[in-house]
Amino acid sequence: MLLIKCPWCGNRAESEFNYGGEAGIARPANPDTLTDAEWADYLFMRKNPKGLHQEQWNHAQGCRRWFNAERDTVTYRFTRTWRIGEAPSSTRDVDS
Amino acid sequence: MKKYSAFGLLRNALSYNEKWPEAWRSPEPKRKYDVVIVGGGGHGLATAYYLAKEHGVQNIAVLEKGWIGGGNTGRNTTIVRSNYLWTEAALLYEKSLKLWEDLSQDLNYNVMFSQRGVYNLAHSLQDVRDIERRVSANRLNGIDAEFVAPEQLKKNIPGLRVTANSRYPVLGASLQRRGGVARHDAVAWGYARAADQRGVDIIQQCEVTGIRREGGKVIGVDTTRGAIAADKVGVVVAGHASVLADMAGIRLPIESHPLQAFVSEPLKPVLDTVVMSNGVHGYISQSDKGELVIGAGIDSYNGYGQRGSFHTIEHTMQAIIELFPAFSRVRMLRQWGGIVDTCPDACPIISKTPVSGLYFNCGWGTGGFKATPGSGWAFAHTIAEDRSHELNAAFDLQRFTSGALIDEHGAAGVAH
Repeated sequence: MLLIKCPWCGNRAESEFNYGGEAGIARPANPDTLTDAEWADYLFMRKNPKGLHQEQWNHAQGCRRWFNAERDTVTYRFTRTWRIGEAPSSTRDVDS
Repeated sequence: MKKYSAFGLLRNALSYNEKWPEAWRSPEPKRKYDVVIVGGGGHGLATAYYLAKEHGVQNIAVLEKGWIGGGNTGRNTTIVRSNYLWTEAALLYEKSLKLWEDLSQDLNYNVMFSQRGVYNLAHSLQDVRDIERRVSANRLNGIDAEFVAPEQLKKNIPGLRVTANSRYPVLGASLQRRGGVARHDAVAWGYARAADQRGVDIIQQCEVTGIRREGGKVIGVDTTRGAIAADKVGVVVAGHASVLADMAGIRLPIESHPLQAFVSEPLKPVLDTVVMSNGVHGYISQSDKGELVIGAGIDSYNGYGQRGSFHTIEHTMQAIIELFPAFSRVRMLRQWGGIVDTCPDACPIISKTPVSGLYFNCGWGTGGFKATPGSGWAFAHTIAEDRSHELNAAFDLQRFTSGALIDEHGAAGVAH
């Protein structure tokens, strides 16, 4: 079980959270002008890196708020978490 | 290479089984191949085998970063079936099942394919309707399928709790009698041996670190054992498709997740078929050694670590004990994880790519093992002819742009 630091509630067990996939995917500003390939990229294509991954989590069984996290997809270790709309801290809580 | 036979068993027994030849060679990589297959799992080895057998390609290498069958081929729960809902998927998996039925003879290697039947349970009225629909769809596609009512289920699977008043009542099941299990590592070894016999170079401990391109065309790969030139490169690396795609500058609609499985201590025969449930998230069969082989759903987060979280294990065990209360006192022997590449529509990608001469076979999600022969067969055709076979035309990477997805979440879902 992972220990996840909610930016509002602090460290909680993984079973309180829902995973929300890759972070920072911006909804297209002008959907009418998008090509099919651009739609495909927005809807389906993912970075899926082996290593540090910026992703979204929801503290579903706690404060029920969404937040961003950076996590190593090999060690599963969270390096930092931050609130939606804010910038991540320049330093990591732990190294991956 | 000697053919395996009963006579050979006897002869080698007389020499205390000390004179068996190696099953495949371990050659040094050549500087250039016509086709390089990246990934020495079941799918990659099957691809090489069918390239040599069906398409007469002479100069093939399979590059494996670890050892043959050490990835997902040796980590799955070995279930084989073809009862998918949509025609495109059903025909591809059915091609595979037909190849399974002759595979031991074809490869001259016993893959221990056992058609003991596969049940998919219904726990709600909606499940029953979905299963009846899928059974009908399967029959229209010429795939054996039947609906089994609860009274019959009680007789067929004595250990299964079939009561109307439990939390997840069992209201029926689909049954594919031709489904079953196979010995997973024997599949890798059998394909490796048969491919090697046809001249395929199987190169283990050789990790691909780059894909060389020139003018939009692939020209070879960089590996931990030096550069290897190739006219065509087929990538079939379950669990690392995005990593390899990144080397070629291609974006894929894939997310990699850990998927866990378990085996129990060996028991006397208690379960002579395969039982799967999408409703409670679990599937179970008994191996020939007597171990209960159990699998579940993926861990939710992206991961490449070949392990998952403990609460997923608890969830799976709850599901199994819900179905088979008598197994509550069985002790688990081993637990492990593999990495599965999941697609948004729970269907694979067997496709050409924007890079000429580069082909990808990936995104099998949680259920690639059953497709091993058919996947290799279709991928070999795609590589040799530089175009999809009609069986895998719908599984092109372009479907994510055209929108022609094949939504198999109902039939694929958890239960693989």
